[in-house]
Parts: sequence; C-alpha cells; structure tokens
Amino acid sequence: MKKRLPQIFFILGGLFLLTLFFLPLWRITLLAPQYPNGVDMYIFINKIGGSEPGTLQNINILNHYIGMKPIEPDSIPELKILPIVVLVFSGLALIFAFINNKYLFAFWVVLFIIACMIGLYDFYLWEYDYGHNLSDDAPMKFEGESFQPPLIGNKDIINFIAKSWPHWGGYMAMISIFLTATATYLKFKTNETTE
Amino acid sequence: MRLLRFCNKYSKVITMKRFRKSKKPLLQIAIIACFMAMSCNNQSSNNQASGILSGDVASKVYVGPGEYDEFYAFMSGGFSGQISVYGLPSGRLLKVIPVFSQDAEKGWGYNEETKPMLNTSYGFIPWDDAHHPELSQTNGETDGRWIFINGNNTPRVARIDLSTFETAEIIELPNSAGNHSSPFTTENTEYVVAGTRFSVPIPQKDVAIESYKEEFKGALSFIKVDEEGHMNIAFQVLLPAFDYDLAHSGKGKSHGWTFFTTYNTEKSHTLKEVNASQNDKDFIAAVNWKLAEKYIAEGKGIDMPAEHVVNRYNEKTHTATSTTVPTVKVLKPEDCPGLVYFLPTPKSPHGVDVDPTGEYIIGSGKLSADLTAHSFTNMLSAIENEEFETTIESVPVLKYDKVIGGVVKKPGLGPLHTEFDDKGNAYTTFFISSDVVKWKVGTWEVLDKVPTYYSVGHLMIPGGDSKKPQGKYMVALNKITKDRYLPTGPEMNHSAQLYDISGDKMQLLLDFPTVGEPHYAQAISADRVQPKSKKFYPLEENEHPYRAMGEKDTRIERDGDVVRIYMTSIRSHFAPDNIEGIKVGDKVYVHLTNLEQDFDVPHGLAIQGARTAELLVMPGQTETMFWEPQREGVYAFYCTDFCSALHQEMQGYIRVSPKNSNPELKWSLGEDDEE
Repeated sequence: MKKRLPQIFFILGGLFLLTLFFLPLWRITLLAPQYPNGVDMYIFINKIGGSEPGTLQNINILNHYIGMKPIEPDSIPELKILPIVVLVFSGLALIFAFINNKYLFAFWVVLFIIACMIGLYDFYLWEYDYGHNLSDDAPMKFEGESFQPPLIGNKDIINFIAKSWPHWGGYMAMISIFLTATATYLKFKTNETTE
Repeated sequence: MRLLRFCNKYSKVITMKRFRKSKKPLLQIAIIACFMAMSCNNQSSNNQASGILSGDVASKVYVGPGEYDEFYAFMSGGFSGQISVYGLPSGRLLKVIPVFSQDAEKGWGYNEETKPMLNTSYGFIPWDDAHHPELSQTNGETDGRWIFINGNNTPRVARIDLSTFETAEIIELPNSAGNHSSPFTTENTEYVVAGTRFSVPIPQKDVAIESYKEEFKGALSFIKVDEEGHMNIAFQVLLPAFDYDLAHSGKGKSHGWTFFTTYNTEKSHTLKEVNASQNDKDFIAAVNWKLAEKYIAEGKGIDMPAEHVVNRYNEKTHTATSTTVPTVKVLKPEDCPGLVYFLPTPKSPHGVDVDPTGEYIIGSGKLSADLTAHSFTNMLSAIENEEFETTIESVPVLKYDKVIGGVVKKPGLGPLHTEFDDKGNAYTTFFISSDVVKWKVGTWEVLDKVPTYYSVGHLMIPGGDSKKPQGKYMVALNKITKDRYLPTGPEMNHSAQLYDISGDKMQLLLDFPTVGEPHYAQAISADRVQPKSKKFYPLEENEHPYRAMGEKDTRIERDGDVVRIYMTSIRSHFAPDNIEGIKVGDKVYVHLTNLEQDFDVPHGLAIQGARTAELLVMPGQTETMFWEPQREGVYAFYCTDFCSALHQEMQGYIRVSPKNSNPELKWSLGEDDEE
C-alpha cells in the first residue's frame, strides 16, 4: 500500500483539477457603502460570473462611468483555451501515474507550476488592460488614478475597496500541486531507499 | 445608559417617599422632577428622549440606524384607499402600497398596465375607502403570503402579494353596498368574507326607498381563495335587510363558521342614528359555511345575473387584465335550513371577535355599557335543542340566555373592537371613553385600562385575531388627533399609539401619525415576510407583449396613428433618446423596459405635456405611458428617479411634427454627435 501511495496521490492531484470546471479560480469583490453585501465577481476557467445573474451587468455599469471597457466573457479567448489546458494536465497526470515514472512526475509538476505562473501573468495583463485602457469619452476622469484591481490582495480604487483572492478552484489547483509534488517527493525518496 | 437608569430609579424612590408625607404631592413631584432633571441631565444628555419619569420607554422603541424592526405593520389608509406599511416598534413608515386609489408617485392606475386594476362594472374608478387589512393564515396563524383589504364604497376586495408588496388582484362584489364586514379570513384562507353594510334591492332595480322592508336584502359574500391567491365569489347568502357591520371567522372548534354583526334590525331607511338604535338587542349572524359548501354541491345555489369584474395583475407580463363575470351563486335561508342563525346581542354590536381558542364570540354593543361573550359550545347545544326565540325570514333567532358565555360588566363606554394576547387576555377599545381595557377571557374581570389619544376605533396586536397572537405590542388606531402633534392647518393625519403589553399593565411607548386614517391594521413578524421579499424582476422572465429585452430590441412602429416606442433604460441613458417622426394627434405608447438587474435601481420616465403621471419602472419590468402629443415642437423626456451619478444626463428628445406632415420615423442613441 505504501508503495502505491505516490501513484494514488498523483491520480488524486490530476482528478482534483477537474473540479475547476465548476469551482471558480478567483474572486474579485468590490465593497462600497451602497453595496453593503459587496459585488462579487467569480472567475472560472471557462466563464466569468457573479453571485447573481445580473452581477456582471452591474459591474459593467459601474465601470462605464470611468470608461472601462465592458467585461464580455465571449471576447476573452482564455476562457476557451483554459478548459483544454486543464483537461490535458488532468489527462497527463493520469497517464503519468499509470506509467509511474518519477521523472515524468517531476516534469508534470514543473510544467503545471509554469502553466499556473503564465496564467497568473495573463490575468495580470487583463487586469492591466481593463484598468489602464480607458475610453477617452469616459464621463468621469481621474488624473493619475489607476483602476487596475490587485492581482492578489486588497486595494482602494476611488470609492471602492477591491479585494482579489483565490477562490475554491484556486485552492483546488494548489491542493493539486501539493498532492503531485508530495507524490514526486515520495517517489524519489522510495526509489533512493530501494536502490 | 446605566447612569440614566439609576437616575430614573432614584427619582422614583424619592418621589414616592415625598408623596406619602406631603400634603401637596403634585407640587413636590414637580419640584423633585425638576431637580432630578437638572442633576441627571449632564450624565444623560445623549438620551434626553427617554424623559425623566418614563423609565426606558425610548429604548423600547429605538431601532438603531441600519437595524430592522421586529414587525411589519400594515395600516389601512381609510379614505386614502391605500395601505401604509410601518415598522414596529419604531413607527417608521416603510412604504405606501397603492391599492384602490390612483397613485401618481408610482404611476399606479395611470400607466396602461395598472389601469385595469381599478376597473369596475361601472368603469374606471380612481378611489375607494379601504378599511380592514387582513393577513392570510395557515392553520390559524398569519403566514406572510398575502394581505387582503376591502374597498367600502364600490364594493371590492384586494389582495396584496407580500413578496412584492404590490396589489395583485381586485375583485368586485355585486349585490353589495358599503363593503364593510370584509375581508375577514378563515383559518386556512379558504375564504375571505365580505358582508354588505347597506342593504339594497337585489337585484338592483328602480324602486321607492320607502319600499325598503319589502324590496331590500343584505348579501354576505364568501370569496374563495385558491392556492395562487386567485379570488372568486363562491356564493352569497341573502339575508334580511339589516346593516352587516363586521365579521370574523371561527377558529379551532368553531372553524367552519363565520360571524357577522348586524345593526338596523329595525330595517329603517332614514335617520338611522335614531331609527336604527331602537332595539335593545340586534344580532350576530352565525353562518355555517361548511354547510353552505354542501348546499352548493347539492345544487341549492341559484345562478343570479350579477355582473362584476375580477382584475388580476400578472407578474410575468407585468400587466393587469380585467375580466367580467356575469353571475353569482346565491343561497337563500329558506332553501338551506341550518345555514344561518341569529344570536341576540345588545345594542348595535360593532366588532365581533373570536378568541384564540375559538370558543368565545365577543360582540361589542357600541351603545351598550357591557361586552357580550357568546359561547360557541352553548350555541351548538341551543341549535341542537332548538332553543329558538323566533324566526326572521327563515333564520332562527337563538335564545340570548342559552348562547351567552359571559359578560364583561361596565368596562367603559362605547365598546368597538377586541383583540387577544397569548396569555388568555383580551383588549377592547372604547370609542366614547377613549380607552383600551384589558380583561380576562373566561373570568370576565377587568385587569387594566389606559387612555388613548383620542377616540380609538380598532386596535391591533400582531396576530391578535388569529389562533397564535404575539402579545408584545398593541397599537391603538384613533379617529381624532387634535393637539397630539404640531398643527398642520385644519386637516391632520390620524394618530396611532403603540403600547407595550408584555407586562401586567399596558404601557404607552410611542405616538405617531399615519397616512390618512389608520382604520384597522395587522402586523406580522418580519421573519415571516422579509426572506421572501423580491429584489427585482428577472429580465429573462419578462413576458410583456411590448418588452425590449436589450437595446438591440429597441424600435418604433407605426400603425395608422398608433405609434409604439419600444424603449429601454439602463444607467444612465434611455435607448433610443432621439426620436423623430411623431405627429400631433398620434396615439403614442411608450413601452419602457428597465434593463437593470440590481436591487433598488428603478428608472422613471416623464414626458413634457403628457396628461398622465410618470412611469416608475422596477428592474426587469416593462411599463407603458400613453401620450397624445398636442403641439408640434421638440419635447424633452427624462428619468425621474435619481438613479446614478449621471442621472441628470438621463434625458432625451422627441420631435413632434404637424398633423398633416409625413415625417420619417427615426430613432437613435449616441450617433449624431460625431458629425
């Protein structure tokens, strides 16, 4: 059983990724006195939504005062690419677990972490674009003010506090990394002791 | 706060001590009160409202900023025709719900969608006199689904949906006049009842008023309420030409019966203040509606031509429709033995109230000094043993001493209405002596008495006419205001007082004016209503025939002189906002869909010169303004509800061309500035 442990961990790591199809990766919350419950935007690998059907429209209404372009999930190609990427990683994890090779394990973990970093950088680029690429016709202009939400953490943006933190899906991805990394570590360790 | 309480306590102790010794107690109290006021003032300056001798009354009604009241109170507006919603214990006005009267503030009865709600068999009527709000019940407990209210003048009953706080349905009552004993519910809202105050010829016809005794009848209507809340008149009971004043249905053991008070058993038709006050005893009419259902099933009901309308508001189409119903089913006592009995009750009984157990039926003889409590058990055995005094138009009159359960002796003058708490006590209003008396059900002893300001009519305890009263507060609903508030010229809103009834003695907490007349009220725990309260209407569920589901849907269509503008609103613009091609004399329908999907973001619409009220459109809703342009020119329109930082920019123009011109229909949003 103990011998099988790395393999089981790796399979679990791969399967956990599939939860990203229904758990949001990230949550951005806007807080202001008129929004006592906050406005929550959830970012999934395949969609962007709010706590209610009208939330995205409400966020876009707020953003249009400062000339930010509307968030239109259909025009964000990543939402079509990410599901494939996640499926590939999940599939590879299962295949590698079946082959049960420590170098393939390590390769997967490194590749997945790099993919996550690229994903975060891409998220930052989108945030930068939304926060800086403002319409010249904006009804309200604030000299020198940036409307870019934080990549991670809390930030004051004019009358709002913007909070940006990983959500359930993000934590699942972290658990996936933890499981596969542990599996790789155990794999290397058991190989050393048996050899 | 602790210091303040100490001061209050201390002042009371001193006051009482001096009171006993002094020969001039009042002066002593005044001096000590002044002294205490000065000495305590510094420590309690942030809470002066509580007063020095009043204990912590202020804190009992204080609901802090942003906090919620414990109860919703629904107060009828009386001659305003509406219901106003207050929070208790704070007495804060939360909303006025338009019911029977046009309300320009909300466009109620002005926009095309709600005009049919005020339709009657006489046509459109913009007002009524709304008296008795009645919450729906399940198992004898208020359930927070709906509240009903009667229209007196042109007899109607309305149902308000408590998920939207909007009037959802209004049914007209034929063969009725002065729909006052209405709309009291049965314990599972099987029916709401509607008895006529004025007897009239049935069917209506051109007869001499003097023929009252021969030609007139009184009709009691039983309105069936289905699971969706839809109302239909199941049957009417035709009774002698008395005045049917108030009603309450039995509960528990007396479920299946409804009790109506009567006056004018003299059958007088003129100078009723004298002529209808001659008999020592009038009656409470006990109607066995379960038996009525059986008679209806047996085909005893007569279909009588009696045109009336049923107006229903559809929450999906956001539109009301008015349907005419040609007949009602009528039951006559001569065909239906056992359907109705009369219980003799002293001196023109006004309110009839059934205690939470369903055993006692309290009749308040408004010209009597005593309160009469009939026993339901006694009533049944009197019927069983045929203890009849006489029979009036096929209705047996039961012997008074065989049905009486108890009498509250001389509690006050002019008893009107009784409600109950959850500890076996009853509270009765006395109009003439202007007070509320607390007494014990069963022992009939008077426990306490408090003055009201002034001339109390109804009173209200949350759930006070149900099987499960919540006896924490009592509200006295008064007819006369006089000096209670700053004067506002000859006309003043009527007053209400809130009392704490949780202890042995009733304690006055708060005095507040209400919209119109607080004729009657009902209250319910906020937690039975608040969770169901809608925030907005989902746009995808909008089935209005002239909706625009997005700005791409907006357009203008002409059909002869009828022009339909499909318009949308979203922060902070209308689409379209430049409109041309309208002509003088056109019949223009502006169908405005509010595309917002957020809580509390209505948009309004006003057009210069339109002879109607604004539209006030909730998120996801479509409403229509009818406008007949009279003069050529360019007219501005704008949003009336401050919606956003750019609300003042939310405006547009409509060009009106001459009647005989042939302008092209054009509409746009944000295009022409580029040129």
